[in-house]
Amino acid sequence: MSAQASTPVAATPDSAIGPQRVAFVVMLAFFALAPLVIYPVFLMKVMCFALFACAFNLLIGFGGLLSFGHAMFLGTAGYVAAHAAKEWGWTPELALLAAAVVATVLGFGAGMIAIRRQGIYFSMITLALAQMIFFFYLQTPFTHGEDGIQAVPRGSLFGLVDLSTSATMYPFVMAVFFGGFLLIWRIVHSPFGQILKAIRENEARATSLGYDTDRYKLAAFVLSGGIAGLAGGTKALVFQLASLTDAHWSMSGEVVLMTLVGGLGTIFGPVVGAAVIVTMQNYLAQLGAWVTVVQGVIFVVCVLSFRRGVVGEIGNFMRKSL
Amino acid sequence: MEIFGVPTQALFGQLLIGLINGSFYALLSLGLAVIFGLLNIINFAHGAQYMLGAFTAFLLLNKAPALGLPALGYWWSLVLAPVIVGAIGVVIERLMLKQLYKLDHLYGLLLTFGLALIIEGVFRNEFGSSGQPYPIPEQLTGGQNLGFMFLPNYRAWVIVASLAICLSTWYLIERTKLGGYLRAATENPTLVQAFGINVPRMITLTYGLGVGLAALGGVMAAPIYQVSPQMGADLIIVVFAVVVIGGMGSILGSIVTGFGLGLVEGLTKVFYPEASNTVIFVIMAIVLMIKPAGLFGVQK
Repeated sequence: MSAQASTPVAATPDSAIGPQRVAFVVMLAFFALAPLVIYPVFLMKVMCFALFACAFNLLIGFGGLLSFGHAMFLGTAGYVAAHAAKEWGWTPELALLAAAVVATVLGFGAGMIAIRRQGIYFSMITLALAQMIFFFYLQTPFTHGEDGIQAVPRGSLFGLVDLSTSATMYPFVMAVFFGGFLLIWRIVHSPFGQILKAIRENEARATSLGYDTDRYKLAAFVLSGGIAGLAGGTKALVFQLASLTDAHWSMSGEVVLMTLVGGLGTIFGPVVGAAVIVTMQNYLAQLGAWVTVVQGVIFVVCVLSFRRGVVGEIGNFMRKSL
Repeated sequence: MEIFGVPTQALFGQLLIGLINGSFYALLSLGLAVIFGLLNIINFAHGAQYMLGAFTAFLLLNKAPALGLPALGYWWSLVLAPVIVGAIGVVIERLMLKQLYKLDHLYGLLLTFGLALIIEGVFRNEFGSSGQPYPIPEQLTGGQNLGFMFLPNYRAWVIVASLAICLSTWYLIERTKLGGYLRAATENPTLVQAFGINVPRMITLTYGLGVGLAALGGVMAAPIYQVSPQMGADLIIVVFAVVVIGGMGSILGSIVTGFGLGLVEGLTKVFYPEASNTVIFVIMAIVLMIKPAGLFGVQK
């Protein structure tokens, strides 16, 4: 995106890795120690949304593609994981794997259609596709409509470790989150990630250099969908619930907001943004519909005067790419 | 009487509903196309502004007496609501959107999405999620028996009025001098400005016009659908799909696509009701596979 063009986003990848390693260790330490003082279920929720936002950011921040339909991956994966765990009695790791695979396949299908247009058309198409998926889940029987799939068993990891308590579930969620995060970090700093950034900055030039840009964009979309699915599946297991809320367009809007608040195109921004928004929703829950208004105001303020986001501003201040 | 095993009453009834929905698709996608042409942003708040139009009509009728004003009915609202909501649009453009023209187009989408959340949230707090009834104006109550179906007068009016509004907008943009300036500014704003035309003011007024069209749609919709805070949110997503199918290059294209897709949706309700919510999205996917620029669009 043009606003990012002026910031030194990994112009020399090696110089960016140092500060990012430090930030990563800080993040790891935070999530390892935080359950001592903060309610673990809340932290698990933050990690699920953080992974979701990181997956979304892979597309917008590094590929320049604004998907307004990412809820379809979160919702789909939630239903798949919940159904596999509850109806088929699969172990959590298999349910999660199934969720990620189905989300990846969905990403391939939706991506094939969506990447045929650029810019705002891409956003409108992803939004429309997600709405189609939403109506499908509204009508199809296995999702149980408005009730959702309730009382999903967390099961035993590999059939050995019982995940029903937070003491065992928390490390599992942490492993999934950090696994997904490291995967995204690796993708961004890989040659593939560099080509994605090139496409974001100037697609015509990337084409002229001989890159089949559609293939790269599709690959980014599929990866983003798959990782978002990982987040959705984990979320369904944590809360033992898969519901229509996760597939609704307002969820697609929320993930955009998280990434925007944290910082588009930064590695750690989506994590910070997810933490901020989830915390805010927790404290403002009793305000009812005003939460929507507050979110709208944050959107407007961010777009008008805070486009770098929290992490983007910090990075800009330190002259480092975080 | 039956056609393809479906009673004609049901068939024509659904076709009529399809045409009504199509009227609103056409009106809204037209406004989106006009705004997009000049401002290069997708106005995500379009659905909220449509809802705002309906609520303005509702408030003029029910709350104006509390302020010592006469209760203003449907016909007053038809004029006043687009002007009021259009003026709000002008303020939004001047205060906020104006700052974003130099940035990536996506920021305009994000800003208007935020505005839509604010507007809809405020109204949901004030009026709850349930719909408020709005009476059909007395001149248009009753209906005609056409022999094969019963046609309520108000619905006939909506179809005729929205067609007339769409065609006059088309005339304004494609056939008048003002429209010529507008199209020229769409192509090359710098050059048009060099000819002494105040392009920033034109952009502001265009946004006001597009928003006013949405509000007009809202007033016309008020007696048919109930007036509720989320009436625009779900509609706007379908309208986005309509815009993708038609392509935003042509005004007539968006009118034809709007009415056409309304009819298709109506037919789907008769023959395969389960798919009626999704048929437009499916058509969008098919069109994108075959002709990515949209039926009437030109790929740039």
